[in-house]
Amino acid sequence: MTAIELGVPRRLVEFTLDGQEARVPEGSTILDACRAAGKDVPTLCQGDTLTPKNACRVCVVEVEGARTLAPACSRRAEPGMVVRTDTERARHSRKVVLELLASSVDLSTTPQAAGWLKEYEAKPGRFGPDAARVDEEPRIDNDLYVRDYGKCILCYKCVDACGDQWQNSFAISVSGRGFDARISVEHDAPLTDSACVYCGNCIEVCPTGALSFRSEFDMRAAGTWDEERQTETTTVCAYCGVGCNLTLHVQDNEIVKVTSPHDNPVTHGNLCIKGRFGYQHVQNRD
Amino acid sequence: MDLRFGDSKPADEEREAVDALLGPPESSWEGADRTDADLRWARGGRQARDRRDLLLPALHAVNDRVGWISEGALDYVCRRLTVPPAEAYGVATFYAMFSVRPRPATVLHVCTDLACTAAGAAKLCADVERRLGPESGVKVERSPCLGLCERAPAALVVRAGRPSALPAQGGCPARPAFEDEAVQAEAGVRGRSPRGRDGEGRRGRDTLHATAVCAPATPATALHAVTAPESAPAEPAPALAVPQTGDPDAALTLLARIGTTDPASLDDYRAHGGYAALRRAFALGPAGVIREVTDAGLLGRGGAAFPTGRKWQATAARPDHPHYLVCNADESEPGTFKDRVLMEGDPYALVEAMTVAAYATGAHRGYLYLRGEYPRALARLTHAVAQARARGLLGDDVLGQGYAFDIEIRRGAGAYVCGEETALFNSIEGHRGEPRSKPPFPVEKGLFGRPTVANNVETLVNVLPILTMGAQAYASIGTPASTGPKLFCVSGSVARPGVYELPFGATLGELLTLAGARDNLRAVLLGGAAGGFVRPGELGIPLTFEGTREAGTTLGSGVVMAFDDTVPLPRLLLRIAEFFRDESCGQCVPCRVGTVRQEEALRRIAERTGADASLDITLLREVGRAMRDASICGLGQTAWNAVESAIDRLGAYE
Repeated sequence: MTAIELGVPRRLVEFTLDGQEARVPEGSTILDACRAAGKDVPTLCQGDTLTPKNACRVCVVEVEGARTLAPACSRRAEPGMVVRTDTERARHSRKVVLELLASSVDLSTTPQAAGWLKEYEAKPGRFGPDAARVDEEPRIDNDLYVRDYGKCILCYKCVDACGDQWQNSFAISVSGRGFDARISVEHDAPLTDSACVYCGNCIEVCPTGALSFRSEFDMRAAGTWDEERQTETTTVCAYCGVGCNLTLHVQDNEIVKVTSPHDNPVTHGNLCIKGRFGYQHVQNRD
Repeated sequence: MDLRFGDSKPADEEREAVDALLGPPESSWEGADRTDADLRWARGGRQARDRRDLLLPALHAVNDRVGWISEGALDYVCRRLTVPPAEAYGVATFYAMFSVRPRPATVLHVCTDLACTAAGAAKLCADVERRLGPESGVKVERSPCLGLCERAPAALVVRAGRPSALPAQGGCPARPAFEDEAVQAEAGVRGRSPRGRDGEGRRGRDTLHATAVCAPATPATALHAVTAPESAPAEPAPALAVPQTGDPDAALTLLARIGTTDPASLDDYRAHGGYAALRRAFALGPAGVIREVTDAGLLGRGGAAFPTGRKWQATAARPDHPHYLVCNADESEPGTFKDRVLMEGDPYALVEAMTVAAYATGAHRGYLYLRGEYPRALARLTHAVAQARARGLLGDDVLGQGYAFDIEIRRGAGAYVCGEETALFNSIEGHRGEPRSKPPFPVEKGLFGRPTVANNVETLVNVLPILTMGAQAYASIGTPASTGPKLFCVSGSVARPGVYELPFGATLGELLTLAGARDNLRAVLLGGAAGGFVRPGELGIPLTFEGTREAGTTLGSGVVMAFDDTVPLPRLLLRIAEFFRDESCGQCVPCRVGTVRQEEALRRIAERTGADASLDITLLREVGRAMRDASICGLGQTAWNAVESAIDRLGAYE
């Protein structure tokens, strides 16, 4: 979403959301309507700057007359639709999906996951100690990124951000299939041998921490990562004249990572390698 | 688009194989030697990208030639088509018949699915592996259903090598007199056995590409086939898969020509009533054809039973063009082989039916997406399409009526999920065969984002009798809600497995009596792995869409698999779970992880009953329910059906 919405006024679509009349602009998704109505529908793979992929299926809701549940993040509201977001059936699917996810990957760095697991009374442990997990060592093959597939839920956000939705580098895709499907670069090579341009936009959109800054990864490993002690300062990148906004995350007077505000009309959260990683000179105090 | 290609180079034969498909590169930027002049030009960007749909054929070309897809070959394909290497790698690793790791030139796919497992596939695999030994240069792969259930156990040999004759792109194979059985066999007469070559080096220089199908397979026939696929015994004629052939009581409509008409002869096809339906179609006009099909009450035979007339009407009415026609011949449901028998025994019927469907819906291009495991169907259809084109029955002016239509055959590469129509579109377009989320539906945005009609082979073939006998006469066959004749694939514990044609409404018992069911029947699987089991006491179920629905089961794609009491049920259920775990595309969580959890639970309770199994059965039910409700496509939504029915109707773990 841009900060200032431009464009022609849109017609309103009227439909029923949890028994109440809802009116949303044409083209809005059920999730948009839920958020406008102050309802909390959990979602993992939805991203504010990307086209929904609806792969995680945590946001499913019940649409009257439909055989299966619908993903709220991508199903558009239609006139006369009757939607229920909190039925037993929808809650059951969300619970099981959360259990399936939490039993197969590490959700410890996924914001809100713990809360949802609790809210839906998900018990990932019930699949037993031998349940298959994506147990892979983090891949550390360069100084900027760490890829930790043990935390990856295959939401496709990084693929979309690297591909035609933002960066147009097309360095990452999904390889293999089924439970063996993995986010991967060509020939499953180290990142340094791939088409990656190190813009870090995939890290920006990763919802689980499967992609992380080397700085954050190292600090977490050392036990020194502490978001409580961090401050965030948004400023303008000084490298070129585009005017990208940088949000500097500072802990103990050191920049520990750089993000970009998603509602910035220039960058929509995207940066280049310099803006994202080129901050060492700032803290070179020799 | 800003693409980076690696510096790995293709081997000569890999480059040759790709160039044979795509034509020689236009400039050095596509991979040949550079000259100074060429450095000024960067050509082929958009044009090459528009050919993205040739990615899968190009991967096939390399795989057919070398047996696997190397980094250099993949990068070369990417350069030629301007496809990002990461995406092409994602596509190459998606399909079971491709490998991105070196492997021997000869691969033996042994079917390990339901009918073949019951017929001893595991022992066949073990015997073949033992007799081949570790240094044989042959890879034995356990494969999902090969669609040869009536001749279980089945095996398919694929040997990489030079193509036997280089057909011009989309052109007619250089073989005027089509050999009835196994074209592929004669191709390799001068070929050399791959045995004894090392598994790592470049292969395929000396040998010719060949395939051979062994079914029923014994260790001896399988060994012969891997050693010399070109001289493997011919497959039995397709008519042998139709037990009703020659039975005057059967009154066959869809199968009438199988065994009586030469599948390689267009003249013979016409002599047996061929192309009468297309003539009638031209007389009726597109709207008239759709009206006939609607009035006939034809429901799709691929499993979903959607009204065909409505689908055609919706596509025909879309204002945006071009419209596309897709024939879904990716028959991969375990237990299903009717489309194979139709395509092998009566290929022109499909070509004619596709022409009718395209004419009715305003499509000028049809894609026939054929699963990669059907070499004989591929050969027969390639020949039939070429002959029809040569005789003016396809091309710019079909039957002199000023209507242009042509068919392109696309080969799948081993992925059950590509039978899902939107996954099939992605596969043709050169993307991973992942289903798209619906809406939008294919009639609105299908292949290449255009209005598309996708029909199964059997559905299309039904259009011919509708037009020749008229909608009313057709609709009088079967029941009011399920009209017309229906094909059933009967396999398992029966005396005469094969494809049976019965009017809708016959009962399961009648069908099984025809096929010679044995007395000790334990269970019948209706509708394939995505269908459900019924008890031997339920043989009165009428075989109609509404009758099976009322009985709480499904007709699916027409699979009827009989199991006697010697078949271990838990083992069977485990195989079904394995199948879905293997074939899940991995896109959505309920299916990707749910199929794994389902298989794990079934493994745990394989030997247990009653209270010991009850916790895991609860788990299975909960996961199954979420998979049915929340998966993106039919694969995940139906993966739990058969197991659930075995628990509820057969009392599998009581």
